[in-house]
Amino acid sequence: MKSLFLIQIFFYLLGGACAFFSSRNEAIRNAATLVSAILAGGVGVVYSLLVLWTGRAFSLEFHGFSLFGNLQFTVDPLSGFFIFSISLLSVATSIFAIGYTRSHPGKYKMRLSGFFYHLFILAMILVVSSQNAFYFLIFWEVMSLGSYVLVILEHENPQALRAGILYLIMTHIGTALILAGFLLLFIHSGSFSFEAFRLHQATLPPGLKNAIFFMALAGFGTKAGLIPFHIWLPEAHPAAPSHVSALMSGVMIKTAIYGLLRFFFNFLGEIPAWWGPVVLAVAMISTLLGILYALMEHDLKRLLAFSSIENIGIILLGVGMALLFASMQQWPLAIFSLTAALYHTLNHAAFKGLLFLSAGSVLYETHTPDMESLGGLIKKMPFTAFCFLVGAVAISALPPLNGFVSEWMTFIALLAGCEGPAAIRFFSPILASLLGLAGALAATCFVKAFGIVFLGSPRSACVEEAGEVPLSMKSGMAVMAMACFALALGAPWIVQILGTLSASLVGKKLETDMFTQTLFLQSPSGLSQISPTLIAIALGSLILGAFIGTRFIFGKAFVKQGPSWDCGLPSLVSRMQYTATGFSKPLRRIFSFLYQPARRVELEDEGHEMLRTAERFESKITHIFDDFIYKPISKMIADVSEKAKRIQTGHIQLYLSYIFITLILLLLFGIRR
Amino acid sequence: MKTFYIWLAQWLLLILLAPLITWWMRKIKAAFENRVGPNPFQVYCDLLKLFRKEMVISKTSSWIFHAAPYVLFGAILFATTLIPVIGSGSLLGFVGDAILFVYLLGLGRFFMSLAALDTGTTFGGMGASREMSLSSLAEPALLLSFFALGYRAHNLSLQGIMSQFALESPIQVLFFTSFAFGALLIITFVETGRIPVDNPATHLELTMIHEAMALEYSGRYLALLEWGHQIKQIIFLALLANLFFPWGLEPSPNLFGIAGSFLFFMLKIFFLALVIGWIEAHTAKLRLFRVPDLLAIAFVLAALSLLGQLIIGR
Repeated sequence: MKSLFLIQIFFYLLGGACAFFSSRNEAIRNAATLVSAILAGGVGVVYSLLVLWTGRAFSLEFHGFSLFGNLQFTVDPLSGFFIFSISLLSVATSIFAIGYTRSHPGKYKMRLSGFFYHLFILAMILVVSSQNAFYFLIFWEVMSLGSYVLVILEHENPQALRAGILYLIMTHIGTALILAGFLLLFIHSGSFSFEAFRLHQATLPPGLKNAIFFMALAGFGTKAGLIPFHIWLPEAHPAAPSHVSALMSGVMIKTAIYGLLRFFFNFLGEIPAWWGPVVLAVAMISTLLGILYALMEHDLKRLLAFSSIENIGIILLGVGMALLFASMQQWPLAIFSLTAALYHTLNHAAFKGLLFLSAGSVLYETHTPDMESLGGLIKKMPFTAFCFLVGAVAISALPPLNGFVSEWMTFIALLAGCEGPAAIRFFSPILASLLGLAGALAATCFVKAFGIVFLGSPRSACVEEAGEVPLSMKSGMAVMAMACFALALGAPWIVQILGTLSASLVGKKLETDMFTQTLFLQSPSGLSQISPTLIAIALGSLILGAFIGTRFIFGKAFVKQGPSWDCGLPSLVSRMQYTATGFSKPLRRIFSFLYQPARRVELEDEGHEMLRTAERFESKITHIFDDFIYKPISKMIADVSEKAKRIQTGHIQLYLSYIFITLILLLLFGIRR
Repeated sequence: MKTFYIWLAQWLLLILLAPLITWWMRKIKAAFENRVGPNPFQVYCDLLKLFRKEMVISKTSSWIFHAAPYVLFGAILFATTLIPVIGSGSLLGFVGDAILFVYLLGLGRFFMSLAALDTGTTFGGMGASREMSLSSLAEPALLLSFFALGYRAHNLSLQGIMSQFALESPIQVLFFTSFAFGALLIITFVETGRIPVDNPATHLELTMIHEAMALEYSGRYLALLEWGHQIKQIIFLALLANLFFPWGLEPSPNLFGIAGSFLFFMLKIFFLALVIGWIEAHTAKLRLFRVPDLLAIAFVLAALSLLGQLIIGR
């Protein structure tokens, strides 16, 4: 397995090198680059599955430059799980990219993007397998910068550049906090290696422990897009090419989940009772606000980015319950909650990857992500439409697909809180019902996304020229669509594997059949059980039965084609359809306390109000975190800088005197010590 | 094996008797309005007629429009298998719980709303938008009332809750669950599209929700949608009847006992339908943006039911 790990790294390096050095022929270079990424992903899937299946870790150690400890990689089941998600999704995105990047050779600057694409995936793999804080941070930084370059590929577009800078700033604030967390751990344990952190975790003083907890939560939370650290996510993810957006939303933000799990369960020893509720509160806010903002978007990729914030929230609901139960020493429930979180992590990688790839296909054919100018695409691109529909059903947590299974587990984990201490006993079922609200809002959001983009009649000319995407892009989507089905049908086996992994993470052993019983998933408290496999079979056969039954009893239906009912108007035009903005109007009104919507209507007429020449309608909502937190902060920084300009006159004498004064002050300080 | 036949029979009976409840509710409304109302076979005849009629399908629509009626009907059939009617079991009650029940209804709604958007008309979009928005708010209340009941029964499957309640004394059951009953009653109005939330008898654009979505449907598909809607109605009545008045659920094993138990069940839901019909006849329709307030009341009621149990004990 060690050799497979090295082979994977080798393929990524090879792919990156290919992008730079190989043939001048764009097509050949492109193919060589992406094929090596596909092979690397395939190898990754194989050995990570082996690690997950056998539960045996392997490590690799490189001696040499060892100021900060040796460069050491360990792939234990947790790392293996994340490597599996990354590799699986990267296979699909790389297949997709063969077609996606071909059409615009200039646009995607293949040399640059090919190189950084490989570097980005490689860095993610190394982040989750690295066993030393110093190298972890280096790979973390490579991952962030690699994705930064991919975000600003279209740097001619000022919006992409702005998104890139925002991303760069936010991700470094996050990295700084993580670095601080690691440094505190270093001070305590005297080493940068994860092994040392683990050994010394029991003796961590409570104050230090809590400080590290908050630094990790905020630092990794920034990467994960947790509200209120999310502002970069809806800007940066849509700006990247779609196959990279899929990776960023599908797996990159999950590396933050990996970091959180390592910190919470490996480095920080005993867990205080209040950590769980803190994580739950943050997670619930992200879940609800993420989906509420997604509902108001009419840019397809931004909508998907906001929904990633929601899903990170759902994952952290599981993590929060796990922390809570771990602090109460209720290990079966803690393991169950953790399993729910990990399962949702994998599921979200699958359906969000699928949705971003399908959105990429739409973008590829129509050149616009604006939902208001799309419509009727199901006729032009039936395969893409089907894939998007699979993703939409899965992300709305509807049976029989995978989203339902992991959301059900999260529900059960939350409800198990009813048996906990009085403080959370009442809140956990309320949280569960709010998760239900988020699920229902997600369904609304994706009815809107699918309905407006793919159904109805075309809203602009850019749909007319669209056609189905090339085979490579279809295959990329097909891989992820099949993953969505497989992750639902194979639920009992997946839960068994993930349960064992979660148990090892909290240092316990999972009894077989605790969560699963042949085809069934069951909650450890005996509250409930479901069988995703039987549900899929029953649902499928009932739908088919309804079809065959009516056909058998009443024969073939007589069908006549006709126009949609037009209320007697001369004809229906596509502008009479509901728009994305119109569709979300009821919720915009109901949640107006949050959105603070503003609208402006301008009318121009020629002297008489009946003779209008132009109408302009503008509607926007307020993003409270941007407007009330980040804008004041950035304004304050700008103001302070403005004031600081006064001492910067440009005279060298003055600068010399500054240096002199500083020196004297430092000397005085030194003497006093 | 015998219980299996009972479960199969109760499932089929629920499906077949659904139109009868619709007739009963129309009859009640007619009685309150001093009209005669239809005869019991009218609803069945309508369905039969629709099943045989020619369909006019919009040129704008895609395969979603054809698939949606079957998905909706299939999902509702599945939801029906989760409900115990007589005896404390149900056909597929073992594969899923109340959460599955809620999400199956969600699946049907999801495809129905897509089908409404598929024809590219304003009415379709209007119906889909309203239906999805209102039911997003109804879903947490519905889930929370199930959680409140499930907390009491230590079980989240519908059959588990019912069989647990059937064992307890009536007063105990009613005391703790009466709030949840209120919540579920409100949800019933929303889910089955009745006044004060939606008016099943109107085609007025200002008030339509469900009818707006089904506007483009005709013939066989409309029959499936109508029937599906009627089954959804009887499901909710069955839930109200059996969750909150869970008596007479265990029949004696002979045919006579089973028939008696079933008749008693029918009596319960006819009575509940009478109550709902009475409320419907005596209230005005709410403005669309007043409905969220009603749903907030349902949510608070469900929360109170849970809170009461958590404070006083189950």
